Amino acid sequence: MNDIAQSLTKIVGEAYFSDQPEEAYFYARDPGLMPPHKPDYVVVPKRVEEIQEIVRLASREKIPIVPMGAGLALTGLVIPLKGGIVIDMKRMNGIIEVNEGGRYVIVEGGTSQGLLKAYLEKNYPRLRHSIPDSPATATIAANVMIHGQGRLTQQYGFNSDMISGLEVVLASGETCRIGSCAISPDWFSKGAPMPDLTGLFLGWFGATGIITKVAVKLYPRKKLRDVEIFITDREDLIPAMVYELTHTEMVEDINVFAQPKPMIFKDNHHITMFLTGDTDEEIEFKRKMIWHALDGFIKSKDGGFMGVPPVMKPTLLETPQRSVSRFADVKRGGGFEYSGPIIMVDKYAACIHKVIELGEKYDLGYSGMARIIGRSHAMMYGFAFTFNRADPDMMDRTRKALHEVSEFALEAGGIFWKATVDEQKMAMAKMDPNTLGLMKMIKENMDPNGIMNPGNWEVD
Amino acid sequence: MKYADIVHRCFRCGYCKFTSDYTDFNCPTYRKFRFETYSPGGRMWLIRAWLNDEIKNSKRFQEILFSCATCANCVEHCVFTFSEDLVNIFISAREEMVNEGIIPPPVRDYLKNIKINGNPYKEPAAERGKWAEGIPVETYSDQEFLFYVGCVGSYDERAKKIAKAVGGLLLKAGLSIGILGDKENCDGNEVRALGEAGLFQFLAEQNIASFRDLGVKKIITLDPHAFNVFKNDYPGLGGKFEVYHYTQVLAPLIQSGKIPLKECNIKVTYHDPCYLGRHNGEYNAPREILNAVPGLELVEMERSKGNAFCCGGGGGNFFTDILGGGEDSPARIRVKEALDTGAEIIAVACPQCAKMLDDAIKSEELDDRLAVKDVAEIVTDCLF
Repeated sequence: MNDIAQSLTKIVGEAYFSDQPEEAYFYARDPGLMPPHKPDYVVVPKRVEEIQEIVRLASREKIPIVPMGAGLALTGLVIPLKGGIVIDMKRMNGIIEVNEGGRYVIVEGGTSQGLLKAYLEKNYPRLRHSIPDSPATATIAANVMIHGQGRLTQQYGFNSDMISGLEVVLASGETCRIGSCAISPDWFSKGAPMPDLTGLFLGWFGATGIITKVAVKLYPRKKLRDVEIFITDREDLIPAMVYELTHTEMVEDINVFAQPKPMIFKDNHHITMFLTGDTDEEIEFKRKMIWHALDGFIKSKDGGFMGVPPVMKPTLLETPQRSVSRFADVKRGGGFEYSGPIIMVDKYAACIHKVIELGEKYDLGYSGMARIIGRSHAMMYGFAFTFNRADPDMMDRTRKALHEVSEFALEAGGIFWKATVDEQKMAMAKMDPNTLGLMKMIKENMDPNGIMNPGNWEVD
Repeated sequence: MKYADIVHRCFRCGYCKFTSDYTDFNCPTYRKFRFETYSPGGRMWLIRAWLNDEIKNSKRFQEILFSCATCANCVEHCVFTFSEDLVNIFISAREEMVNEGIIPPPVRDYLKNIKINGNPYKEPAAERGKWAEGIPVETYSDQEFLFYVGCVGSYDERAKKIAKAVGGLLLKAGLSIGILGDKENCDGNEVRALGEAGLFQFLAEQNIASFRDLGVKKIITLDPHAFNVFKNDYPGLGGKFEVYHYTQVLAPLIQSGKIPLKECNIKVTYHDPCYLGRHNGEYNAPREILNAVPGLELVEMERSKGNAFCCGGGGGNFFTDILGGGEDSPARIRVKEALDTGAEIIAVACPQCAKMLDDAIKSEELDDRLAVKDVAEIVTDCLF
């Protein structure tokens, strides 16, 4: 065992250190299509102090470190591109504090979405967080780090907009608190009215620091939740429909999906609207408002409400939706990847045309899904393709399709969500040079040794 | 390898690690080791890598595969259509390793002892029936039921008491039962789970022939592991018998008043054995028995029934101890969860669970606050 291995073992304990081929193989890849690259070491720390020591060691020895949540971004963000140490954060999965009156929760850096959901449902049934549809093992810290979206994104923006405080370990090994918690015992604001420093870490994929604690805002959980689906074959009208729906401010979440199979879904676009209320009256009132909002489209015969089959409702109302993961095995091949650019809602028609075009061009199973962000301020459009992991040719075709999506998205004015290394390069090539210069300055100052998830957001 | 055409289909989404409501990680090996490689998804990806010669059969790979408690939490919670095969896939990979002859020493020793002695304890067959001393149970001849006790119930001191309690209750209820005594042989459930398919087939065929020769039609098992293998694996080898776990027989007898009970004011929580619960869907019979005891308050642990957390003894780990001890051992986590209910007794319906949880209580120094009792022992304590 070399000195570094010995030091890491001393820090986290023998049981939670590995330099074995099995962990090297597994942590070299994520479920997506990015090429693997092996770490030299994998550690599973329990305490912030352990992470601080690991970072100090890495800094001293100039070894790359890659913090990892559940590794479900699919775009290779936790693949150790330059080897080094992967820090699996999931042993740090505590829920530190729920401030019921202030409606926020502080969790550790590896706490999963599922654990928080279960905890709130049991102990604070009137509170909820914006849970994404990634699998329940996805961590809260990683989700906000990548600017994830969730069930409350239409109302409150990106999940990262709901942060109310951070604790990070810097490349120096020091811990740093961001937001009101920097000067107060209360974690109610991520910055305002002071300078908001969360931007130094969010979207950086660990290239500037490791999130060890995060506070996120909680929101009222209503007693009832229901779903409506409006169907149209006029993709060009989707932006107008979404605009009317968001104007009502009556909807919890709005998704629009289109897929060729099963046949019942083909050639149609399904605006899925989730409603919440404490009483049947509240739900019915909101339902009426939604119906009125779309009345004009019904009268012009451009769409109508679909009765949601009872068998379909539990699938749609489930959080997170397990059915999202099932898409990976449509081709009985366990593979699924999507590119999800953040883009204006008025690009909906262009996006769905593109996903159909690419699905047909590359002979791939596909699905298009938009999640509305804010009151129609933008959308995440998921160009999703399913592939067979045992079919290298299909995997290659999927890569090509996704590359075309990236080019399309950039051309259409979108920006990449959880950008692959290639997309990061494409984005930086198109970026305002002064912005790029600012990013370079931040990265160089925050990570002078270039050890923090190197390969990501590296400005030449 | 069987199922080689499935292993690539795991997306490693991780639902397999959880309970259905995400209360906690529920895969005992992942909960203990915390590397993704020790989760069901990790195993799937590593088995594929091994089959593709991207990793070798190493000591760690063996630990990863043989620490699996075959508890079927992954089967219960995996979202894919191949979920039913997950444990079978892990067992098939073990079979390949057994065929290669490269397996962990405790597994090798276990299999060797079964082959040579017919039991893992290296005890003579003549000792098998000794648990029954003091109760008037006869050797099986033409009774309605064969009461099959199994290796643990025959040789382990703690489990022998449970066997005696069950046997006593069945007799008290007037059931026509007989035992095999020194003619009893290993049922093979753990042999199968540890991947020795050839030895398993040999044991199963031997048992089936023996049961047939004796005219056995109905079997009551002490151990859910034997119940599982008789019910699910023997039919494929021609051994079709009516198989019951003892709680399934006892529940209607108690409910119909054939075993009168006095009031017992105790607070009990029930731990579902994986091979009775998730593997065979029997969650109610033990609870019906406990609920039939006057004064007994049954409280559920946070994780129960399909979400029950395994004691860590399944898949051969009871004998091989590859999953191992320590603070994060499943049994120690489980007894702390039981303590949280405020119960004074953890009821079990499996001698392996009883032993695992008993040991965990000692390790946690909870002896004065919590006790492990088999359902049959609780009933025996509450007899009129």
